[in-house]
Amino acid sequence: MMHIDRLEKIYIYISIAVLVIFTIAITIAGFALGIQVPSPSQLIDPNTVASTGPYSEPGLRELSPGNYELYIRAEASPWRFYPDEVTVPLNSTVTFHVTSADVQHGFKLQDTNVNFMVLPGQESTLTYTFTEIGDYPYICTEYCGVGHQNMYGVLTVE
Amino acid sequence: MFKTEKKLVGWHIVLALSSLSIGAFFGPLQAWEHAGWNLYPAMQPYIASYYQGLTLHGILNALVFTTFFITGFLTYVVATSLDRPMRYPKLSWAGFFTMVVGLLLAAVPLLLNLASVLYTMYPPMMAPWYFYVGMTVFVVGSWMSGWSMMITFATWRKDNPGATPPFQAFASVITMVLWQICTLGIAAEMLILVIPWALGLVPGIDVQLARTLFWFTGHPLVYFWLLPAYVSWYGMMPKQADGKLFSDTMARFAFWLFLLLSTPIGFHHQYVDPGVPAGWKYLHAILTYAVFFPSLLTAFNVAASLEYGGRQRGGKGLLGWIKKLPWGDPSYTAQNLAMIIFILGGAGGVINASYNVNLVIHNTAWVPGHFHLTVGTAVTFSFMGIMYWLVPHLTGKAIQRRVALWQAWLWAAGMLIFSRGLHWIGLLGAPRRTMLGVAIDNYGTGEWQVASMMTGVGGTILLISGLLFFYVIIHGAFFSKEEVVVEIPFAEPLTDEVVPAWLNNWKPWLIAVFALIIIAYAPMIINLVTDGAAFSPGFVVWK
Repeated sequence: MMHIDRLEKIYIYISIAVLVIFTIAITIAGFALGIQVPSPSQLIDPNTVASTGPYSEPGLRELSPGNYELYIRAEASPWRFYPDEVTVPLNSTVTFHVTSADVQHGFKLQDTNVNFMVLPGQESTLTYTFTEIGDYPYICTEYCGVGHQNMYGVLTVE
Repeated sequence: MFKTEKKLVGWHIVLALSSLSIGAFFGPLQAWEHAGWNLYPAMQPYIASYYQGLTLHGILNALVFTTFFITGFLTYVVATSLDRPMRYPKLSWAGFFTMVVGLLLAAVPLLLNLASVLYTMYPPMMAPWYFYVGMTVFVVGSWMSGWSMMITFATWRKDNPGATPPFQAFASVITMVLWQICTLGIAAEMLILVIPWALGLVPGIDVQLARTLFWFTGHPLVYFWLLPAYVSWYGMMPKQADGKLFSDTMARFAFWLFLLLSTPIGFHHQYVDPGVPAGWKYLHAILTYAVFFPSLLTAFNVAASLEYGGRQRGGKGLLGWIKKLPWGDPSYTAQNLAMIIFILGGAGGVINASYNVNLVIHNTAWVPGHFHLTVGTAVTFSFMGIMYWLVPHLTGKAIQRRVALWQAWLWAAGMLIFSRGLHWIGLLGAPRRTMLGVAIDNYGTGEWQVASMMTGVGGTILLISGLLFFYVIIHGAFFSKEEVVVEIPFAEPLTDEVVPAWLNNWKPWLIAVFALIIIAYAPMIINLVTDGAAFSPGFVVWK
């Protein structure tokens, strides 16, 4: 091996301990508490997404009382989410399904952990339960052309 | 001595700073746009949009300026620290001219608003084929400069069997080997997916696969930027502070770990991608934590080296040595401020890397806030500091040190304010790569206004600092009358400890590098190639 200064050794042990603690923290949060990043859902053909399948008539569907699925199609030029106005009752659980009909977009529901890329060819999903009344803008977070800054919708919880 | 190498690094700096002068020009315009003062309409028809400016800002600053400076600077460091000229100087020149040709090819569509796709070039936005060819040729040119360094290094090793190469040459060559390996991702993306598609030879492109290949290169790219600054922090700054490198062996160990760990972690840029399973993202999260370890080693080793210098200069007590550091030297001051700010950047980086915590800030303005502390300050500001000794060393003419000191403190102050604004507005939910001045009216709040004003104020201070930097360099290089002899500040190791053989043996490390990359990437890439995802046609959405 090699010579390591005594203070540097102590510093190295502390550094490793800090990184191990962080690892444990994100592991517990992700796999025990369920704060998870997106995983693959299904493949979508962006060339036909606007004309066939659930994304040709995007919107909110109630699966069971208080349980919803929300299909959203992202498009550039004009830069819009379809739909861009959604209303759900308080304490609803909503599963978001989002895909793109053209370029890459982003989707971030403000003040929540619902945050993912929206790619042509892929469906992005995350689930969220709304326990507070209010307006939640969902905004495009990836550059998608000159109208990107105007691309957003609003989900209202009432 | 080293006449050819001096010419090489000189021309690399000319191209680097020419690119930086255009790229950096857009920075304050972006900051002012956020603060509500949109000057882009006044730049019609030369600059079509905020996003064309943003594309130039990202590509010229982060890709072109850095790569020209790094290949030139490291070429010079390899030759002078080994005390032998380049084995094949023509190969270095060929690399340089290849980079220039690539840059010119890509510059045409960039300036004509035909390729406003930002520096990530995400398909299916489609620029003209010669934009992608130009960027690819540019990277190939940097490979050639890297090969020239590697060959010179290998020749030295052959001529000095069993000898330990100087740290500076060793670390420089590690940087270029890292670059060679990690750019295979973007080379594959360009040559196999993007260029055939942009030429119309294939009808579409697999977007998720292209993103994955891009980020294979995209994260080690930041280490390609950072490691040359580390070469200076470890291998030069201690000398500038009258100190020595505290632990030569631990410095080499850190560089091996960077080579090993900086590539197989790209999925932490894709935590929110739909097409990559959470398990793979988690594996890359753990490996990303691992690559913090060599940076933590660096913090201790560099601080200890500088403390030794401060004490040699008469510093006493627990912190008294800090006052004795050479704060009158702009080259030293800029780099020391850069490394202090990098502590904040590194802390933010841990947050970004933290898997699910990342959901709070992914794709928000927090991210450019973060990388202006890292590439925008730890790296660029260090390169400025290096140029404050390197340019007088090359020209034999002194720079105006007082102006350069002002430049350094203004950069630090401006960047802290600017970056604080972006971090803050990002935490509030503001997206990155967005005309925030418009977006605030759409979905922002009053608090966003205050944060965006901070970016405007910080950007203004950075503009003044940037102008001072170019003044100091241009004045020093072309108008200064004061003759000066500046030596290259190569730091020596503090002890005469023998570097253990396992830190001098490339083969096991390179095998481990490829093994880890295959484990971390091969299954997912095979999956994405074979999953039958639909291809996307190209889109132009920036006109």
